Amino acid sequence: MTTTPSPSATRDAAAALAGVETVAGSVGAAEQPPRSVTEPATGITGAQSLVRSLEAVGVDVVFGIPGGAILPAYDPLFDSRVRHVLVRHEQGAGHAATGYAQATGRVGVCMATSGPGATNLVTPLADAYMDSVPIVAITGQVPSHAIGTDAFQEADIRGITMPITKHNFLVTDAADIPQRIAEAFHLAASGRPGPVLVDIPKDVLQATTDFAWPPRMDLPGYKPTTRPHGKQVREAAALLAGASRPVLYVGGGVIKAGATEELAELAELTGAPLVTTLMARGAFPDSNPQHLGMPGMHGTVAAVTALQKADLLVALGARFDDRVTGRLSTFAPGAQVVHADIDPAEIGKNRKADVPIVGDVKETITQLVAALRAEHEAGHRADLSAWWAQCDSWRQRYPLGYDWPEDGSLSPQYVIERLGAIAGPDAIYAAGVGQHQMWAAQFISYEKPATWLNSGGLGTMGYAVPAAMGAKYGRPEATVWAIDGDGCFQMTNQELATCAIEGIPIKVAVINNGNLGMVRQWQTLFYEGRYSNTKLHPQDAEGRPKPVRIPDFVALAEALGCVGLRCENKDDVDAVIEKAMAIDDAPVVIDFVVGHDAQVWPMVAAGASNDDILAARDVRPVFGDGQV
Amino acid sequence: MSRHTLSVLVENKSGVLARVSALFSRRGFNIESLAVGPTENPDLSRMTIVVDAESQPLEQITKQLNKLIEVIKIVELDVASVQRELLLVKVRAPLTDRTQVLQTAELFRARVVDVNTDTVTLEATGTPDKLQALLAVLAPFGIKEMAQSGTVALARGPRAMSGAGTLRPVERTA
Repeated sequence: MTTTPSPSATRDAAAALAGVETVAGSVGAAEQPPRSVTEPATGITGAQSLVRSLEAVGVDVVFGIPGGAILPAYDPLFDSRVRHVLVRHEQGAGHAATGYAQATGRVGVCMATSGPGATNLVTPLADAYMDSVPIVAITGQVPSHAIGTDAFQEADIRGITMPITKHNFLVTDAADIPQRIAEAFHLAASGRPGPVLVDIPKDVLQATTDFAWPPRMDLPGYKPTTRPHGKQVREAAALLAGASRPVLYVGGGVIKAGATEELAELAELTGAPLVTTLMARGAFPDSNPQHLGMPGMHGTVAAVTALQKADLLVALGARFDDRVTGRLSTFAPGAQVVHADIDPAEIGKNRKADVPIVGDVKETITQLVAALRAEHEAGHRADLSAWWAQCDSWRQRYPLGYDWPEDGSLSPQYVIERLGAIAGPDAIYAAGVGQHQMWAAQFISYEKPATWLNSGGLGTMGYAVPAAMGAKYGRPEATVWAIDGDGCFQMTNQELATCAIEGIPIKVAVINNGNLGMVRQWQTLFYEGRYSNTKLHPQDAEGRPKPVRIPDFVALAEALGCVGLRCENKDDVDAVIEKAMAIDDAPVVIDFVVGHDAQVWPMVAAGASNDDILAARDVRPVFGDGQV
Repeated sequence: MSRHTLSVLVENKSGVLARVSALFSRRGFNIESLAVGPTENPDLSRMTIVVDAESQPLEQITKQLNKLIEVIKIVELDVASVQRELLLVKVRAPLTDRTQVLQTAELFRARVVDVNTDTVTLEATGTPDKLQALLAVLAPFGIKEMAQSGTVALARGPRAMSGAGTLRPVERTA
């Protein structure tokens, strides 16, 4: 019978669900609830069944906004052990769920009403899909009989989100609610994680039904391969033992799989150079000398060049994204590729894999370590000293750096560098998208997983503040910094009101250059400095900035119930950061007024080959030793 | 050859067709024909999809299809499989031409399913090539209207896609 889940899938699901429950249970251990969350119930509403299901699956927080169609769910939620954080915009709810998930490894949950509530979740769902973040979105839908009639606040959110969710459901019978919720959480968290949406019509929430837990899951077509193929792993180990110019190309999958300890062991065993992608910053300590930094469009010269000149790439939970490979046809031309990923569709999608390995990357690395040890014991081990000499020379000749602006304004890179130094490796950093994001990826030293949150795949401006809010909720003991641009900050800063009211004291560093900085950089480099629609600050007829702040971010912060600080001089940077670090009872916003001409370097121009990386403007690295 | 016939078992649930067709459109895969219908198991439907895999490797198409939660199994059917399409064609057939039209129909083992003073409607099944040939011969009489199904197909031999001794699926792993 093909409609029953395979025993292993069911076991995995049970383990996953039980795990979530344990975590939640330990959080609320002090106040024992009057009833077990899995106690069966009869004659309850669909809405009650939904809330009981969320409790049973171990949810501790939901970010959302009520509205007509979802209203029945908010009544039992009022009494639930599940806490609800009332956000100011549904996009904030979605990114908060993502930030929560990325910081804790647990499934993030957001909730919205039908129509505009649901469509406001589209951006965070697409964002979570691109970055493989496990979130579950629950949306109200117009009553079943009204579906398809263009009813008030009706939108076909299931149809709209099909291409941007791992899976989605329209629940048509209240009796199915526990099963759908269990399936949604299982799908979101297992295999390659991703967002799942559950759309529930209002009449289904109001219908009378029974509740029992755990429900039987029915996902006959869902069997993620977690165990890697031993033969493939041995082949990978043989290649790794014999390669004279290997690079470990580490992607975000390593953090999602919780495989950073295994990675450290593999790195040590191989002695090979290692790079971490934008999504993998923190998967391997930046302080480790084997780490060449971030590859890609704004990666280090050493990381980009090592990939280009390698004879073997071992890609672990990475997907050969165009921002990493540059022009694909010229990417790492001399390299054989070992590609380990849990999603078989990623393997061979962009770059042919010589040794494909489908499986959980934690298990893959564990087996690879054992297989590589066997190779070493058999005397197979290439000498990497010549390769390291090359990598070191690139690293020494083209380190990351920046120049101080000629106009004497504050350097944004310096601000971010100091922030990282003062807040340290235990803080969590969430960035928006643009120049500040790249500088935050470059100039903060990441030592631990899940300390760097950002929108890598979709590039969602406005991600930082709500994601930091979700992260701080999930990790209240951690210092959480949102590093935002002034463009990004103006997209989602309304969630600071949520943070202030709900007691979620995040800290925000607005890197305020008065411009859409990354776009401006491209206009400088590729559009003859014609700054079409990138200036955010008011300006006079000649294009000079007017001496007025619109908005005044300090005043705005205070209006939103936060502490507002401003810094415009190098000498004040440390003091203002330390002042913000000392405030723990309210969100803090620092308006760092910086110069607008700073640029992100190194850079590989869009569509160009990684061979044409520029270390700084007009500075083409000289690799000239002719060795490789 | 770039044409491939995929037989895809999917859960019989609303929205599955939308998911599959949206996937092809989003990923830029070309569908030549797609036919959906029930199977011996009421919980499952079978989609027979003929794809043009010139632009995108077939492997990527099947891997992306396999990622859809409601897709149970995919088998690629080779040229030796039984492949059929259904054609209904309304041909101009005044009394002067009628005999010739009916003779043509007979040659192709097409059946007359409707007749009136001006036209006959023929029903024909066969491979896409055979139906193409039939249409070419009927064209001079005047084709007023036609409707054609996508390809449906089954593998030859005793094995089936589900149950004992099943057909080998397209590799899920790389």
